[in-house]
Amino acid sequence: MSATLPDHRLAKFARRKFVNRVALALSMAAMAFGVFWLAWILWETLRLGIDGLSLATLSQMTPAPNEEGGLANALYGSFLMVLLATCVGTPIGIMAGVYLAEYDPKGPVAELTRFVNDILLSAPSIVVGLFVYTLVVARFKSFSGWAGVVALALIVIPVVIRTTENMLQLVPAALREAAYALGTPKWKVISSITLRAARAGVVTGVLLAVARIAGETAPLLFTALSNQFWTSDLSNPMASLPVTIFKFAMSPYENWQKLAWAGVFIITVAVLGLNIVARVITRKKD
Amino acid sequence: MSSTLSAVPATPPVPVRSSGRDMKQPNPDQIRARNRWADRLFAWSAKAGALLTLALLFGILGSLVVGAWPAIERYGLGFLTSAVWDPVQNEYGGLVMIYGTLATSAIALLIAVPVSFGIALFLTELSPAWLKRPLGTAIELLAAVPSIVYGMWGLLVFGPLLATWVQQPLQAAFTGVPVLGTLFSGPPVGIGILSAGIILAIMIIPFIASVMRDVFEVTPQMLKESAYGLGCTTWEVMARVVLPYTKAGVIGGIMLGLGRALGETMAVTFVIGNFNQLDSLSLFQAANSITSALANEFAEAGDGLHQASLIYLGLVLFFITFVVLSLSKLLLVQLRKREGAKS
Repeated sequence: MSATLPDHRLAKFARRKFVNRVALALSMAAMAFGVFWLAWILWETLRLGIDGLSLATLSQMTPAPNEEGGLANALYGSFLMVLLATCVGTPIGIMAGVYLAEYDPKGPVAELTRFVNDILLSAPSIVVGLFVYTLVVARFKSFSGWAGVVALALIVIPVVIRTTENMLQLVPAALREAAYALGTPKWKVISSITLRAARAGVVTGVLLAVARIAGETAPLLFTALSNQFWTSDLSNPMASLPVTIFKFAMSPYENWQKLAWAGVFIITVAVLGLNIVARVITRKKD
Repeated sequence: MSSTLSAVPATPPVPVRSSGRDMKQPNPDQIRARNRWADRLFAWSAKAGALLTLALLFGILGSLVVGAWPAIERYGLGFLTSAVWDPVQNEYGGLVMIYGTLATSAIALLIAVPVSFGIALFLTELSPAWLKRPLGTAIELLAAVPSIVYGMWGLLVFGPLLATWVQQPLQAAFTGVPVLGTLFSGPPVGIGILSAGIILAIMIIPFIASVMRDVFEVTPQMLKESAYGLGCTTWEVMARVVLPYTKAGVIGGIMLGLGRALGETMAVTFVIGNFNQLDSLSLFQAANSITSALANEFAEAGDGLHQASLIYLGLVLFFITFVVLSLSKLLLVQLRKREGAKS
């Protein structure tokens, strides 16, 4: 039968097969294209980053142009601000997530909050920086570590809300009902049953949030600004790794650029490491 | 040893424990009252967390409007169409930055959408099962890399290569050709709108690709198999069954990527060149975007009109991304609703 198909039908079939083959080849090319960039960026970061990395990078202060130095104060500033921002943002995010999942899953307030949260999740982080500038920096007339902490915390909150809510929704309703049937008050059901059951997921959310803010530069540019020296005083401008990288990478000085690469290497390893750990935690639970 | 062992069960601590419970524990009414308070406190703080998130959005909007007010009052909407940005004369207009933001995002979408579609197609239909997970993870990791890494890589590694291998040949080939000649004029130094657009594309590919993959996977298997059963090729199933079915979600994913591209700061700031004039429509020309103008000038801008104008730019950016992200969210919700209705 097929051998006796008219020629134009055969030609059409051949054309369809050809189009299909081209499309699939392009699809594979696209995949290769995507992986290619990842590999290239990681490779350059590794190569140039390890090259610039030394013990002094971790132990010495950021130098003046063409002098020896390291990134110690920037690393410490980043660490301190990320830590505090996580401590501030996480409880708020978790409580809001609990509200969305446990108290008012379908109400208008929750719907609106969810909508707003999704927008905040991908809103430009530099706008958050502007907001904190007008809120904190302009009021106290000084750039400060605290302003940086507030800006980063505002970025943590939506990430944690999203994952907390999603994870709480995965907890089987039977678990909640069993606890209620025993006469457990709601706050106890949530804090020691549902949140505990969703623990791995919530921790993942926090880790992802930390990974996100560890690399954020834009919201720190005009909140924490930068500082050439070691400081633990959060009411002063404070150095952070991303802002220091920005400053050093844009400069013409070779030693600054080298340090910037070392910093980029540290950030990339930390952020990807956190992401991978977060993935491992959730996968174990499946 | 044995005597102590036997002594333990001989003196059971039961009476002690029960008396302890009677002594220390408050009566059930008190427990209930305490729990009621704890319940209220917990519910209240949960609600406070949610309301704080809501307040955040309005806080951002409000503070931007207040901060930008001197500029809004002075220029009104004319700010959006004026291309003068002159801190020395204290005269400001946002057209250059708005153009830069829109042009770089448009280039990014032009590159990222087809590539993301290809990646999603590969991950849902073509990839062998054992490759699906690692490749999917690799693409998602690409999304996690901080943007400053892209920016620095773009400036120091990618830019020079782009200049030598792409820009110079293009310029040599197209000088004098009417439209393309204009597009490819300008200094081929690897910095400018084209470079920023390409870096942005690389950045948003993972976002769009993973949304597309997720929405492709909600297409009912039955629908796809029916099409295959009628003799469709993989491409035909994709283009005529899966794509129409997931249209809303695909557009939602693209909008999400667009939202990211519009608001991206660091990757753009490194490579766009920060040049506040709109001389030509050349793709190689150094330009400026809203985000990079903010990143470069805001900390040094004095109080007054300069700062207000920068905040005005921020407000414009927030407004654009708000609209884009809202549309994206609405489209994605629409798809999810349909999925619920059909399954």
